Parts: sequence; C-alpha cells; structure tokens
Amino acid sequence: MDKIKTIIYKEWAEVFKNRMVLFLTAFLPLFMAVLPLIMLFIFNTVDEDMSSMNTGSEQLTQLFSEICSGLSETDCLQVYTLSLFMFMFMIIPVAIPVTIAAYSIVGEKTTHSLEPLLATPIKTSELLLGKALAAVIPAILATWLAYFIFLIGTYFLVSDAVFRQILDPMWILAIFVVGPLLALLAVCTSLMISSRTTDPRVAEQLSALIVLPLILVVIGQSLGLILINSQVILFIGVIVAVLDVIMVIMTVQLFGRETILTRWK
Amino acid sequence: MIRTNGLSKRFGDFTAVDNLTLEIDSGEVFGFLGPNGAGKTTTVRMLTCLIEPSAGQASVLGYQVGQEDQQIRRSVGLLTETPGHYDRLSAWQNLTIYARLYEVEQVERQVEKYLRLLDLWERRQDPAGSFSKGMRQKLAIARTLLHEPQVLFLDEPTAGLDPQAAHLIREFIEELKEEGRTIFICTHNLDEADRLCDRVAVFKQNLRVVDAPANLRRQVYGRRISIQLAQRAAVFSDLITAVRGLREVETNDYTLAFNTENPETDNPDVIRQLVQAGADIQFVNEEKHTLEEVYLNLIGDKASSAIDEVKRNS
Repeated sequence: MDKIKTIIYKEWAEVFKNRMVLFLTAFLPLFMAVLPLIMLFIFNTVDEDMSSMNTGSEQLTQLFSEICSGLSETDCLQVYTLSLFMFMFMIIPVAIPVTIAAYSIVGEKTTHSLEPLLATPIKTSELLLGKALAAVIPAILATWLAYFIFLIGTYFLVSDAVFRQILDPMWILAIFVVGPLLALLAVCTSLMISSRTTDPRVAEQLSALIVLPLILVVIGQSLGLILINSQVILFIGVIVAVLDVIMVIMTVQLFGRETILTRWK
Repeated sequence: MIRTNGLSKRFGDFTAVDNLTLEIDSGEVFGFLGPNGAGKTTTVRMLTCLIEPSAGQASVLGYQVGQEDQQIRRSVGLLTETPGHYDRLSAWQNLTIYARLYEVEQVERQVEKYLRLLDLWERRQDPAGSFSKGMRQKLAIARTLLHEPQVLFLDEPTAGLDPQAAHLIREFIEELKEEGRTIFICTHNLDEADRLCDRVAVFKQNLRVVDAPANLRRQVYGRRISIQLAQRAAVFSDLITAVRGLREVETNDYTLAFNTENPETDNPDVIRQLVQAGADIQFVNEEKHTLEEVYLNLIGDKASSAIDEVKRNS
C-alpha cells in the first residue's frame, strides 16, 4: 500500500506542477457545472416565450411521459435539458483521467524514468494501481464537486419538482457509481494504450477516442433515439463494472516490462 | 556475488548476449567493456531483473535471476545510462520517492545523507530539471545508493560529463569501492576502467577475455623494455639477441628494445652485459600500453589473434 501511495504522490506532484493540466482538470468540471445553469437561467428569463415552443414540448411530454408525469411543460423541458447534462457529468470522469493516464507510461519512457522505476521492488499491479488511482481520484472528485455546484445553482433556478428529479436514484447512480466505473474503464484503457505506444501524442489521441461512445449516447438522447431512465443507467453500470474487471486484469497482464523497455528507442 | 552460466539473450533472430559465463567476487570492481550494441546494457538489464534471459542462469547475491527477482531488486542498485529523473520535482522529492519504493526505513535520514555526500544538499529544493548534467548524474548515483545496496550496476557512469564532473564521479566510485561494495561498471572510458577496475571483461555479444587490466596488457603486448644508450644501438644488437628469454629485439638509433616475460630478472643481466661491452646506459624504461590499445586489439579486425595470444599467455 505504501508503494501505491508513493506512486500516487509522485504522479500528482508531477502532473499538477504542470499548470495547463491543472487548469484543464478544473476547467471542464466547472464548465459542465455552469453551462446547464446558464441554460436554466435563460429558460427562466424567456419564460413568456415558452408558449411558442408548446408544439415541441407536447411532443417531448409524450415522448418522455415517464420522466415528465405530473410536471408542467416548462418543467418537463427543464428536466429534459438537465437529463442531457447527466451524461455530460459522466463524460467528466472519463475525459479528465485519460489525459493524465495516457501520458503516464509513455511519458516515463520518453523521460527515461521508467527503467530506474522498474528496477525498484515495485510489483506491476502496485505500479499500475498507483497510476490508475492518481488519474481516477482527481477526476471523480472534480465531477462530484461540479455536481454539487450544479445542485446548488439548480436549487435557485428550478421548481422543487424539477429539483427532485435531479436528486432521484438515476442521477445518484449515474454520478456516484457509473461515473467512477467509467473513469476506471477509461484509465485502464489509457494505461494499456500508454504502455503499448512509443509516442505520447499517439497515446493521448487514441485515449481521447474513449469519450466517443458517451458522446454518441448524448446525441442519441438529444435526438430522442434513446430514452435514459434508471434501468438504462443500471444496465450501463453493470456492463461497465464487468468491463472494468476484465480491463484491470488485461492491463496488468499486458504490461510487459521487457517489451516496454526494449521496444522503446 | 554475481554469477552467470551460459547467459544468453535473443531478440527474434538477433542475439544480443551469447553464452556469457562470469564470476564476480564480493567487493570486486568489475569493468564490462565493449562497443555500442555489444550487449552490455542487455546484460545489466538481465542481472537487475528488468528483462528475462533467453537461456542460461544467473545469480546475484545468491538470488536466482528469474526466480527471486524481488529480492534481487531490493538488494542491488542500478545507475541507468540516462539519469531519468522527474524533472519537475525537486532533488529531495525525487530521492524521497525512490527511498519509499526501496522500502528504506529512515527515508529522510538516507535522503539527507546522500544529498550531502554528493554535494547536492544546498540545491535539494530545486527541480531536477534545472540541474547540470554532472549534478543530474550525482542525483542518479544518490538514488542508486539510498537503500545501501551491496551490489551496484553502473551503466556508463561518466558518459557525457565534463572532465571535472567525471573526476568527481570517479572519486565517489573509488569511495564506494573502499566501502567494500561490489561494483559492475559498463563503460567506454577505458582510462576510467583501468583506474577503477580490479578486473575487466572485453565483451561483444560474447565474452572475449576477462582479467586484470595489467594482466591483459601483459598478455596482449608482453612486457617491452627500451634502453637508451649514448652509443648507436646497432653495435650491441647481436649481444642482446643472444640473451636468452628476450624476444622481438629491435634497434633504432640510440635505442634498444625487446620483449621479456620477466624483466625483473632479465634486465639486470642485459644491463650488466651491455656495460661490460662498453655501453653507456642513459635510461631504462618499460613501455606502457594503454588499456585502450589492448581493447582495440581485442575488439578490432585482429581480435581473434589477440584473443589467442591472451589465452596462450594466461
């Protein structure tokens, strides 16, 4: 455990001395927290114009009758808009750690610090767990912080009925369970990519693709193709948890110390 | 202390190390000499459990490579060819991280000890990236020693350093030698190997020769004595040629030169005969060959005949 803590300390000490990484880690969650609040604020200020959207909102009410039952059209539109942002909050724990994890192995190769590190009596599982946690923990904390900012802002901008919607089990499950599971999946994938490429840029570009499936879900949801409810979130959570177990095992097994040291030029 | 038996490493069709058999004793400073790509770093990586041998066995401090890797990693220190520091972190942070990874009990005490010993204490809070090449190498040496390993593997410890920094590093290695540590040095610097090493191995994929530098010199070149006379040397050529045990006698103006196995007994006899024949002797010298000359002989085009010569003489 001490060695895992040491690796986490080392990663944070290095990564957060880079101000740009620190800025990007803080910027994305803040942006994701503030953007829906701005949209809600706009909804509120143009409330009188909402009547012009009646046709559309009626269709949405019909489409999302499960979510919107008992809500006014305006509230329903707000719930629908906020539900789009739920997936955005699931993108944060994926987007932040991939940039950190993607660099973690290949970065050590480029600076030649990997060889002395691997010469110490650290096990591969300790090394990778340390690196994974170093990437996952700030991402999860940043997501949760953003969610709390979002909650506080929303409290003042929406009706009680809408506010209750973003505290329902689906949101809690998405933010506090599925988000961290997605973060772990993203980090394992990034670490695997990082340990098998020789160029940090390639590792970062490939790792960035991990966000794509989530973006597709958001697009599908916004087009009305996918209806997100607690069952869907639970199903995603179970699938991601299974994938996490597989990926953790694969990442440790595919981390070939010899290959990494000798293939690198 | 370090033993290899038929140790080999292949990467696909390429054989980097072929059938290496070595024995290095406790407290010995062993130089591993060879050109770039000879397989020196691969050998060190096998002995420090960074890569697995393709064939053969090796042990370090009695622990078997491939079976007791964690024990070996805990017990040896590796100075890699490039220092590989975390440049954004301070010298103190760099060493603290490694001290913890090496399970050092008194982390702060050990870090301070080696920062002071290597004259980096005043710069301990500065980022490693701001250090000069010599300071970076000193920091890497400190990192290698934090857990007080009995066996040290130093891969090109003075490569790329200015003469003053290289001198400081060599002095420090000499101090480590006096502490009785076993030191395995890969180096291109033959003068350094000559000064530091008890024995050297000349290596290029396979082991060419192993011996003390002085013995290698003697085995490749013999011991060549030159005598400077006041008279022309050619006058005494026949006299010298007749002396038993002398080989390759040459005369050049006022200088007589010959090879002998045993100058301690042959020289007085030669000098006595020259004086009796009326020669005025001005200087008697033993010609010194550098380890570089020996090395080039053992690695170059005429390597096979030089190696045969060594084997015949040893």
